[in-house]
Amino acid sequence: MKLPDLTELALRNLRESVLRNALTTVGIAVGVASLVAMLSLGIGLQQLASRRLVKSGLFDTVLVTSRRDLRNFGREPERTGPAAGESRILDEPARREIEHLPGVLEAYPDIRFITELRYDDKPHLTMVGALPSSARSNDAFDGMQGSFFSSETAAEVILQKSFAEELLGKTPQPGTDGTKVAELAAPLLGKELTMRYAQRAVAQAQLSGGGNGGANGPAGDPAGKAQGSGSETAYSVISREQKLRIVGIAELDPESMRGPTRARVFFPLRLAESLHVMQPTDLREISRAAGEDPVYSSISARVGDPTQVQPVENAVRKMGFNTFSILDATRSLRQFFAVLDLFLGIFGSLALAVASIGIVNTLVMAILERRREIGIMKAIGASDADVRTLFFAEAGAMGALGGILGVALGWSMGQAINFGTNIYLKRQALPPEHFWSVPWWLVAGAIVFAFIVSLVSGLYPAGRAARLDPVQALRYE
Amino acid sequence: MSGSQGPPPAHGACIIRTQDLCRHYRLGDTLIRAVDGISLEVRSGELVALLGSSGSGKSSVLNLIAGLDRPTSGSVMVEGRNLAQLSREELSHYRLHTVGMVFQSFNLISSMTLEENVELPMRFAEVERGQRQNLVHDALERVGLVARMKHRPSELSGGEQQRAALARALINRPQLLLADEPTGNLDSRTGTEIMNLVRDLNRQLEMTVVLVTHERALAERYAERLIFLADGKLMDDGANRSAAGEIKFQGERS
Repeated sequence: MKLPDLTELALRNLRESVLRNALTTVGIAVGVASLVAMLSLGIGLQQLASRRLVKSGLFDTVLVTSRRDLRNFGREPERTGPAAGESRILDEPARREIEHLPGVLEAYPDIRFITELRYDDKPHLTMVGALPSSARSNDAFDGMQGSFFSSETAAEVILQKSFAEELLGKTPQPGTDGTKVAELAAPLLGKELTMRYAQRAVAQAQLSGGGNGGANGPAGDPAGKAQGSGSETAYSVISREQKLRIVGIAELDPESMRGPTRARVFFPLRLAESLHVMQPTDLREISRAAGEDPVYSSISARVGDPTQVQPVENAVRKMGFNTFSILDATRSLRQFFAVLDLFLGIFGSLALAVASIGIVNTLVMAILERRREIGIMKAIGASDADVRTLFFAEAGAMGALGGILGVALGWSMGQAINFGTNIYLKRQALPPEHFWSVPWWLVAGAIVFAFIVSLVSGLYPAGRAARLDPVQALRYE
Repeated sequence: MSGSQGPPPAHGACIIRTQDLCRHYRLGDTLIRAVDGISLEVRSGELVALLGSSGSGKSSVLNLIAGLDRPTSGSVMVEGRNLAQLSREELSHYRLHTVGMVFQSFNLISSMTLEENVELPMRFAEVERGQRQNLVHDALERVGLVARMKHRPSELSGGEQQRAALARALINRPQLLLADEPTGNLDSRTGTEIMNLVRDLNRQLEMTVVLVTHERALAERYAERLIFLADGKLMDDGANRSAAGEIKFQGERS
């Protein structure tokens, strides 16, 4: 029998016992809805957690450090590749090489240092970080008061909310959300901060006497680290001040995943580069620090897609550097959600399993009821396969219809729960959250799954109908 | 409905041949010999009647010829094929293309209109949809039911239902029409109408007809040959005389 005829006959048969078939279909729909509800809750929670991580701005970033940096984020030192002392220097050629790796959008020096910022004649010590202009699109600056830097070299600064609170002397109470950003922004935007920093300047004169720090005392210990030059090198460290205008206050913490090295004050990257601020590497790489080419303590490589983080990390490691990415930190989180989704899926499927018994029951009843009809069909030439596929088509139609209804029901349930929860969150003065997500693959997957479960449920009834003896069936009244 | 009768078609080669045909059932400890060693022949274009009382085995023989049932032993040859050796799939193909059946209780599908009932065998035969419309119309026109084609069986009289069943039986142009007590549920006038129609089909389309009935008068009036069965056995296959008593197939059976 051709497919259009099969479909037509199946739908006709379903219409004949409309109440029973509708109830069976509703049973499947409830099963699918429960499956969709469970899985979309799991996916929604996972996305919520991931969104939080993405908002850190590091989800798509690989942090590259030299192996010579033995601090290495507290991880085990790499056992493969060159030893720390022989490994590459993280300098400008290395940065360019990283930037040209496939999948890397940009690689910029990660400039951050602890320094003193004076505001209203009071000193405040904090970590200052430099941001490239691409950080403008970072979700962390979404709810920001004020604006992003006007140019790459502007003497402007964006404060993280907690630092703004510190400047204004407003200590947040534990367990509360603290002061609103708008309240902090009003007195701070447009005001100036004075940043004190140590500038590394190339020494004008080459020193002739060994072991003599001379005028450049604090950093002027060559200690024989100069390699290959044959002469001793030096640079000077000059205490500088830089006025910075406050242009923005960010609600979220753009570097929340950086842990103790996270910055609370941000200023433009180009400006930071032009200041030649002393970096921890300057002491270690003293022979190069005295030169014009900068040596970086770390480089941030931003990739186009979080899925490219792993390949980029591998490529960078192959170059002889250490890497760190937030994916490392989220791996265990993803594993947790995979297990959660699995369990939610199993519980959701139970309802569908019950519904599938409903299909078997309905179709077995239909065989009893339509026994004579099956006999007639066989007498006028229907093959076993015709009868079997007809019952399959009926089971499949109920499954597909139940699947579509179930997805709609599950989606509506999700919307209702989202709506209700957000009302609750609003009353608790918390920002709204979207923690119920029904991705397209779940919609398609649930319908296909319901269809397949229905077909499997139809296996026994369809086989039984196909095997009916036509003579017996025709005698049946 | 066509009223033309014309002469009976010239009989061709043997189309049905059964050899020691047996169909035994076991009911508890009892062995029921519904068909017990029947050997008979029907020639192409013949209209024969299987006559016998209830339980004589005439319907069982018809079911075996129709490929609805399989013999316990012996053979049923139709057009040279032994139905006992066909697979289930081949048997359904045989029922679809070679045989048309009508039953005492009409056996139309109650949820379908006449048009859909008549169309159903063509769906199984995968006839193109466009072609089906014309063929259904022609078949219903032949039995005089074009005006009722959108009606369901429950909206029709017994005679009309049997005419629709006849239209369905001949929709795939079978060579064999097997009728199991086609007038059993009808009054005598409607029964005559149906039998006239069956005879027309036999004569106009040269269709071989095997009629099962217990009404001897009806059989004698329409059939060219009467085959008598009793207790599953062949009593008389009428090969040497016609219903009217004429000698048939003289010299062919010794």
